[in-house]
Amino acid sequence: MATEPLAKEVAGTCVDSHGSAIGMPQLCFDWFPNQIFWLVITLVVIFLVLSRVALPRIAAILAERQGTITNDLAAAEDLKAKAVEAEEAYNKALADARSEAQRIAAEARAEIQSGLDDAIAKADAEIAAKAAESEKAIADIRAGALESIQVVAKDTAAELVTALGGEADAKAINSAVDTQAKG
Amino acid sequence: MATETTAAHGAEGAAESSSLVFHPMDQFIVEPLFGDGAIAWYTPTNVTLWLFFAILAIIGLLVLSTSKRAIVPTRMQSVAELAYGFIYKMLEDICGKEGIKYFPYVMTLFMFIVVANFLGLIPTSFTTTSHFAVTIPLALAVFLTVTILGFVKNGAGFLGLFWVSSAPLALRPVLAIIELISYFVRPVSHSIRLAGNVMAGHAVIKVFAGFAAIAVISPVSVLAITAMYGLEVLVAFIQAYVFTILTCVYLKDALHPSH
Repeated sequence: MATEPLAKEVAGTCVDSHGSAIGMPQLCFDWFPNQIFWLVITLVVIFLVLSRVALPRIAAILAERQGTITNDLAAAEDLKAKAVEAEEAYNKALADARSEAQRIAAEARAEIQSGLDDAIAKADAEIAAKAAESEKAIADIRAGALESIQVVAKDTAAELVTALGGEADAKAINSAVDTQAKG
Repeated sequence: MATETTAAHGAEGAAESSSLVFHPMDQFIVEPLFGDGAIAWYTPTNVTLWLFFAILAIIGLLVLSTSKRAIVPTRMQSVAELAYGFIYKMLEDICGKEGIKYFPYVMTLFMFIVVANFLGLIPTSFTTTSHFAVTIPLALAVFLTVTILGFVKNGAGFLGLFWVSSAPLALRPVLAIIELISYFVRPVSHSIRLAGNVMAGHAVIKVFAGFAAIAVISPVSVLAITAMYGLEVLVAFIQAYVFTILTCVYLKDALHPSH
């Protein structure tokens, strides 16, 4: 907007003497060639920039990203499979170790059992031998004791008979003591 | 200072003394950048300046932001990729695989319109897409491309576009005339829709701004300008989208003219 009235040839038919628009500036055909000329240049420049530089570059970026994502997904799939494999191997090792442990424990138990059985049998035999020996000794001692009692009894009986003023008849005393001892 | 439609110089003087002045259309005046001379076809004007800014913005958005070619994109690179994907998918959905080779043309149209619309929303800027001198060549370029492409690809078969084979035979000539008229109206509606929407919104904002001169009304006026501005942001994108999607639809007609 000019502050001074414009010369007629400068203002053309679209702007009044104060620089304001007359009607719609959009319909001022004086300006059409200028606008169309610069528009065509602009569109050609934009088209060249887009088709030569911008669009191929963006397409490449998008394709590269797609490729990266696909690769990453495949790698993730791979790693997952490996993890599953490792877990299986671990479980198998665990099961093996467990059965091995059980086998060793059973072996040890059997070994201990057999050793124990042997020892018990041996001990039993020893105990039985000792018991038999002891029994024999007791029987000897008992027999010895019986004999001694008879001898003492005969001597005592002979002494008693003598003390009572009798004549000790060894034969009669022996038989009497034997009879009493049996009874 | 004068109201926009007043031609009589006597009335202008009266309007000048009042505080309420509207110049909603002055923002669309084409001026030379240097000096006050007449505007020839080669004169650098404010149109030239804002078209140049549009080129710079597009280079910044689509070329500079992608210069790192990052796998994990920065914000600006994401915007560039989103714009690319948006138009690519639109073209592919509507035209199919055959349409992909016209992607640079469609992308050029979309990026130019959307960037020019948004640059026009900067206060005191010049909105290039509000001018029929800009939108008519855009629409005509689409119309001519589609028509020529249709005949080159399909030969006379392209005329099948106007022969509605699914309608009863008696109705077909009538429908053909209607289809033919609607076909030639396409560039008109295509260009006026874009320029009209952008121009109307900008003019309304100016009118509200004129009301802001009255102290009592100014808060309401400022609120209204804010609301209109929000709406204009929406319109700036939607009109670019509509222009592009219609271009895709017309292109589909050229590639597959059967109804």
